[in-house]
Amino acid sequence: MSGVHDLAGRPGFGPVVREAAEPVFHEEWERRMFALMVATFAGGEFNLDEFRYAIERMEPKEYLEGSYYEHWLFAVEQLLIEKGLISEAELRVMRERIEKRKSP
Amino acid sequence: MGDHDHTAPLPDVVLRVKTLESLLVEKKLVDPEALDALIDLYENQIGPKNGARVVARAWVDPEFKAWLLKDATGAVASFGFASDKGKTLVAVENTPKVHNLVVCTLCSCYPWATLGLPPVWYKSAPYRARAAKEPRSVLHEFGTELDDDVEIRIWDSNAEVRYFVLPERPEGTEGLSEEELVELVTRDAMLGVSKVSAPKGRDA
Repeated sequence: MSGVHDLAGRPGFGPVVREAAEPVFHEEWERRMFALMVATFAGGEFNLDEFRYAIERMEPKEYLEGSYYEHWLFAVEQLLIEKGLISEAELRVMRERIEKRKSP
Repeated sequence: MGDHDHTAPLPDVVLRVKTLESLLVEKKLVDPEALDALIDLYENQIGPKNGARVVARAWVDPEFKAWLLKDATGAVASFGFASDKGKTLVAVENTPKVHNLVVCTLCSCYPWATLGLPPVWYKSAPYRARAAKEPRSVLHEFGTELDDDVEIRIWDSNAEVRYFVLPERPEGTEGLSEEELVELVTRDAMLGVSKVSAPKGRDA
């Protein structure tokens, strides 16, 4: 099935933009997201095909505008929810706890 | 950037990652120390230097080179890098008549154990969309010009098979040791977007 991820040969893209002396990670959250994906993958919670397919199910606009590790975040959340390991309600509660901790 | 006001709300993506990590740790689905170890492994220990060691060995040792081109998975495993388990690795050789270019058009498949994590441009839509269709114009952007009679082969990586390029050994490096050759080999040359240059200050 062809989707927005199937980019080979698609016209309309500009030059390949490179960054000199690019770091492995640009932000701390990217480090954490990378490790979370690799750890849950290594733990056998999902396989690589499921992971890629989860990314491919993103809304085309989100897919094209989202950065690489945002795709990973979307996919890991999605897969762990689908497999019943976590729930949206648990994520919401944890998010509120973190936000509360942050405000004075 | 530079906003250190502790009352400022976290950007949504940062908050979502923090939320996910906290929940997975609380449910004991991940171990925070294992996360730190993974980050250290891929940020500080595994990188293109691994692949450079493989290339330099192939340049000085014809038997190893033959093994690498026949069975890169086994040949690279002999170096003992922390490996991408279950992935088949394929090395493709650049010659004066054939130039190889590696891409993953669908996603970002890449030989992590040999080259480290991929740069942003490799994962970017323009590279994925254009590499197979207009390789010469992409190569031009990387400063790589090939003669018209050079055949370009594109290798589209996938979840099972990862490719990397065995670049041509530059002229003028006959006197260099294997260790010195390692220093010349770049990540970009092992992806095929550039060539390996002879060290500066030497006659090529």
